[in-house]
Amino acid sequence: MKRRDFLRQTAVFVAGASVSLSALEFIDPRELLAANSDLRWAFLVSTHKCVGCGFCVKACKIENDIPLEANVTRTWVERYVIKKDGDVVIDSPKGALHGFKSELADQGASGTVRIPERDVAQAFFVPKLCNHCEVPACVQVCPVGATYQTADGTVLVDRKWCIGCGYCIMGCPYGVRFFHPIAHVADKCTFCYHRISKGGDTACAQACPFGARMIGNLRDPDDPLTRTVMTDRVGVLRDEYGTKPQVFYLGLSKEVR
Amino acid sequence: MVEQVSQFIVHGEAWTVKDLFVLPNEYVYWSIQIVMYPYMTGLVAGAFVLSSLYHVFGVQKLKEIARYALVFSFALLPVAMMPLLLHLLQPLRGFHVLMTPHFTSAISAFGIVFMTYACIVGAEIWFVYRKFIVDSIHRLSAKRQRTAFETLLLAIYRVLSLGAMDTSPEALASDHKAVKFLAGLGIPVACFLHGYAGFIFGSVKANALWMTPLMPVIFICSAIVSGIALCIISYYIFMEIRKWAARWGKNWLLPDALAHGNASLQVEQLRSIQEHEVKMTSKYLLIFMTLAITLELLDMIFRGYTAVKSWDALRMVIYEHDFAKIFIYQYGIGNLLPFLMLLAPGLTTRRAALASILVLFGVFMMRWNVVIGGQAFSLTFAGFMHYHLPIIPHDWETFKEGLAGASLVMVTPFIIFYFLNMIFPAFMSDEEAH
Repeated sequence: MKRRDFLRQTAVFVAGASVSLSALEFIDPRELLAANSDLRWAFLVSTHKCVGCGFCVKACKIENDIPLEANVTRTWVERYVIKKDGDVVIDSPKGALHGFKSELADQGASGTVRIPERDVAQAFFVPKLCNHCEVPACVQVCPVGATYQTADGTVLVDRKWCIGCGYCIMGCPYGVRFFHPIAHVADKCTFCYHRISKGGDTACAQACPFGARMIGNLRDPDDPLTRTVMTDRVGVLRDEYGTKPQVFYLGLSKEVR
Repeated sequence: MVEQVSQFIVHGEAWTVKDLFVLPNEYVYWSIQIVMYPYMTGLVAGAFVLSSLYHVFGVQKLKEIARYALVFSFALLPVAMMPLLLHLLQPLRGFHVLMTPHFTSAISAFGIVFMTYACIVGAEIWFVYRKFIVDSIHRLSAKRQRTAFETLLLAIYRVLSLGAMDTSPEALASDHKAVKFLAGLGIPVACFLHGYAGFIFGSVKANALWMTPLMPVIFICSAIVSGIALCIISYYIFMEIRKWAARWGKNWLLPDALAHGNASLQVEQLRSIQEHEVKMTSKYLLIFMTLAITLELLDMIFRGYTAVKSWDALRMVIYEHDFAKIFIYQYGIGNLLPFLMLLAPGLTTRRAALASILVLFGVFMMRWNVVIGGQAFSLTFAGFMHYHLPIIPHDWETFKEGLAGASLVMVTPFIIFYFLNMIFPAFMSDEEAH
């Protein structure tokens, strides 16, 4: 065989093989199913209902093996006190693990402040957790692909593959990520994936005595969450980062950041 | 009980002090080693660019320091990786970045860029020293009585030569061509290596201080500045040591003399080389300093002028919490003072070396102010975090991410350089060399 013929035939073979193989890639059934998934987990928080008891924080930590006394948490509750002069005082002692038992607002190194009741214009609680963004910044920046997005929209961390560089922690605009004090890898809320994927509820939603938290499927029009998101006026946190967060808030105030 | 308590200490908690409202999971996660990382890669890139000024652009006056800078850059190279490994919580999984790179991440390119760069520098050194390697093989194998050390050296040179023993004028001419090509190729790759370290920070959209497209350019300029400054100061110090050794006949101190017996040491000659090189190099230092400072100030002015939402928090950090670190240490002592020292007439080598130390300090403070300063405020802009560098380590974490770990990273290149000098004498004055 001449060299010229050999090269020509090789080129034809490679071109032909790659076309037919790419067809296989196009019709990968798993990918097709994922693209038209009839499941997209989302979360709804009603700030009107939250009283800052912190049961959700405790339930989450117990359910997901985060040491109770460690100063990191997958979900937390913030207390906002807006004063009549416009000042905003925010605090979240230990992520509200033990609720808000004191009227003194915890201000870190600046100590605590007491706000006289007559100065208070309004006050409310805002629970926070991972937003399981449609366009997650953490997944984008993970150098090894240890953080990934599942077909049903949740963002998870592979504890066996995470190298612990902390880039995802830096990349998250919501501060929901941290290093697990025992596993020594990045950690965050999973929407209790191990529970919801078996038809259960998240630990925090189950523990909430006032129904301030709710998980649901955005693709199901009859899901109570979807109905609320569709018909009520909901907000999301920090949409300016283009991450398209999937935790929706009822009664979100402009002071909440 | 102790073990139980230590389980509760979260990574970052040991050195972070929170003030006002900071989210529960926020800590200074990227600490001293991440300050060291761009600092060390900057030194690598800067030293290489300095050596390329001679090899590519033919700046003859930089000939002596060029070879030195090249070898020193190679000694710094493995150290650029060290802070990353010391920083990782799972250092044994560090190679995952090479095995399963996730290409949407800026860090994933590290392996590829770093390896490419290492290959280029390695190849360039090989071509620069090829004649020397061959000569050494001839010289050592001609010896009848070899010490164990010389036998080892001969074996190393035999491997390094890769069997290319041709030292005819044509072969040397093609060596020269290859050096020029590699040095030329190395400049964009070095800039990429470091520019992309800037990109790692500049692309973090969640961080108001980091996110700017200027970041890679600022990083490249300050890298070249710090690389040149380090070359000046270390060249000065090594030359002082050599002068001292020449005067007192303590040649055995020097690695190249140890390995090759001759270190061509004459005090007067050394002094004139040193003066000439250091003064020339400091001119280039001035040029790149001007560029670096201009860009950094532009960035700051732009932030103040546009004053977007984050500016309230940034202003607090820049003008209050970190005022001394930014305006006194970085700009004052680290930029303005050495700038004036280098500009003032009658520049002596000692003054140039002193100015270079200040420049190095200034660039270090710049890295510090970017990395630590970027984490000095909460994502909510409602609180601040103060970083306290662990000085005395009380566990493994405070050792590697504390003063001890940082010092280890600082010292290692000099140790590597010492041994590298036995194989590739950086101070060799050989007319035939490239």
